[in-house]
Amino acid sequence: MIEIRWHGRGGQGAKTASLLLADIAFNTGKYIQGFPEYGPERMGAPLTAYNRISDTRIRIHSNIYEPDYVVIVDDTLIGTIDVLEGLKKDGAILVNTNENIEDIRKKLGGFSGKIYTIDATKISREYLKANFPNTALLAAIVKITGIMGKDELEKNMKEAFLHKFARKPEVIEPNMQVIKKAYDEVIGG
Amino acid sequence: MKERLSGNEAVATAMKQINPDTVAAYPITPSTEVPQYFSSFVANGSVDTEFIPVESEHSAMSACIGAAAAGGRVMSATSSQGLAYMFEMLYVASGLRLPIVLICANRALSAPINIHNDHSDSMGVRDCGFIQLYSENNQEAYDNTIMAIKIAEKAHLPVMVCYDGFITSHSVENIELLDTKVVREFIGQKKLDEYLLDEKRNISMGPLDVQEYYFKHRIELAEAMEQAKDIVKEVSDEFYKISGRKYDMFETYKLEDAEYGIIALNSTAGTIKDEIDELRENGIKVGLLKPRCFRPFDYINIPEALKNLKSLAILDKADSVNGFSGPLFSEITSAMYYKKLNVKTVNYIYGLGGYDIKKDDIKKVFDEIIEISKSDKEFKVKRYIYNEMEGK
Repeated sequence: MIEIRWHGRGGQGAKTASLLLADIAFNTGKYIQGFPEYGPERMGAPLTAYNRISDTRIRIHSNIYEPDYVVIVDDTLIGTIDVLEGLKKDGAILVNTNENIEDIRKKLGGFSGKIYTIDATKISREYLKANFPNTALLAAIVKITGIMGKDELEKNMKEAFLHKFARKPEVIEPNMQVIKKAYDEVIGG
Repeated sequence: MKERLSGNEAVATAMKQINPDTVAAYPITPSTEVPQYFSSFVANGSVDTEFIPVESEHSAMSACIGAAAAGGRVMSATSSQGLAYMFEMLYVASGLRLPIVLICANRALSAPINIHNDHSDSMGVRDCGFIQLYSENNQEAYDNTIMAIKIAEKAHLPVMVCYDGFITSHSVENIELLDTKVVREFIGQKKLDEYLLDEKRNISMGPLDVQEYYFKHRIELAEAMEQAKDIVKEVSDEFYKISGRKYDMFETYKLEDAEYGIIALNSTAGTIKDEIDELRENGIKVGLLKPRCFRPFDYINIPEALKNLKSLAILDKADSVNGFSGPLFSEITSAMYYKKLNVKTVNYIYGLGGYDIKKDDIKKVFDEIIEISKSDKEFKVKRYIYNEMEGK
């Protein structure tokens, strides 16, 4: 079973990303959980969301305390909250940032595990003309975890977008561009 | 059909498949999505339900009572303060023996205000004469909703379908849905015997009962609840035939040869099952009993299932302020006493206001009751699973 914890701020789409990831992993025949931790929700307030993805039925219903992967939707959260809390030794962290991996490593207190980065905000601004970094991060985490290959990801995301953006079909193609770009551009390890 | 749905989506889907005559509801977190999704089914014509968007939960239950008394198949949904606000009308629904199905996404009660899960709401109305079904996950919430219609109509009693707010209501998980045609055949047409809109037979409902009639009717209500056990089993057996999913008054997990047992409702049972598997890998014989039906309660077979245990933990996600114990503990230990069953039993109050329960917590519970089983010392019965916040 793979356990993923998302850290974002209210309004950045961390919850949507966790639900979308659950959705596409389900389409590949996996057992899934996608759930946000609801706090006092406000725009900009730190927010946590979770995913479990497994080949067998999932019964546990607690939050995730020892994730395999942590996704940071907003790098200003580093230092504000303990984003590494409980992260497995052989686990990995994915950060949305325009900084390089070594700078991020320093900010993470010399964290010795795997670090991946992607400038999801830049990709989002380029293709969506707005700051919705979650789609790019979704593609990046799929690549890192190897939950599915690029072709399968594109096929599943297309289906998910057709459903999600049924009333705004014009945004589907730009979002697909984001998926492709982010899948190729994520670096680290 | 395989799907992935949140608990609220699953329940709303069940309601769409049931296609009730009337749904009256007022939104409250975390059950809001149920009437929200359902009202979209009404708007797009996929059901022909009369949807009544009332101004309060008191009115929601009142409208349900009116519609059910008139002969309709009726549903509603609520949580927490909403259920508390329905309180007086819940007794009217059960006292008039109306088969209303009420969805309850369990949530803590104010104050302080808290939107998260515990069982204070449904446990607070446990004596009101509603059948109460509890659900571990979205699948059980969906299945129980479908079965509730049939149980209610056969028992002439209202049914509450409970599942954990947020943990189940807002978490997306895998689920197997039945075909709508299969669901509709299973529940069938509502059989009408006595109802207010029967033009051939004028009846009145809810007139004054003088002393002996009132008492007689209350005894009949209690007897109906007792008889509902057979109805719950019968409907569950019929449901097994269409779904392949087995339900009973309660479920056991690795309890047959267990030395140490634990009892809990709803989603926590799943977390416990995972911990049981780990402890058993280390040779510790532990098992779970999960009540599905809290009203009616299986006072005979539950103690029977516990009789070989060395010690037992009963987890309550609701406190009874200064009560000897939480509600689940008091029911079960009373039944154990009656069956002369002397198993050392500890009551753990946990998860109030959504305070997360982890596998580690379950392990600590087992550690404690194993220790208690080996000692002759007196032990503290009522405990809280809570770690003091550092520096606060």
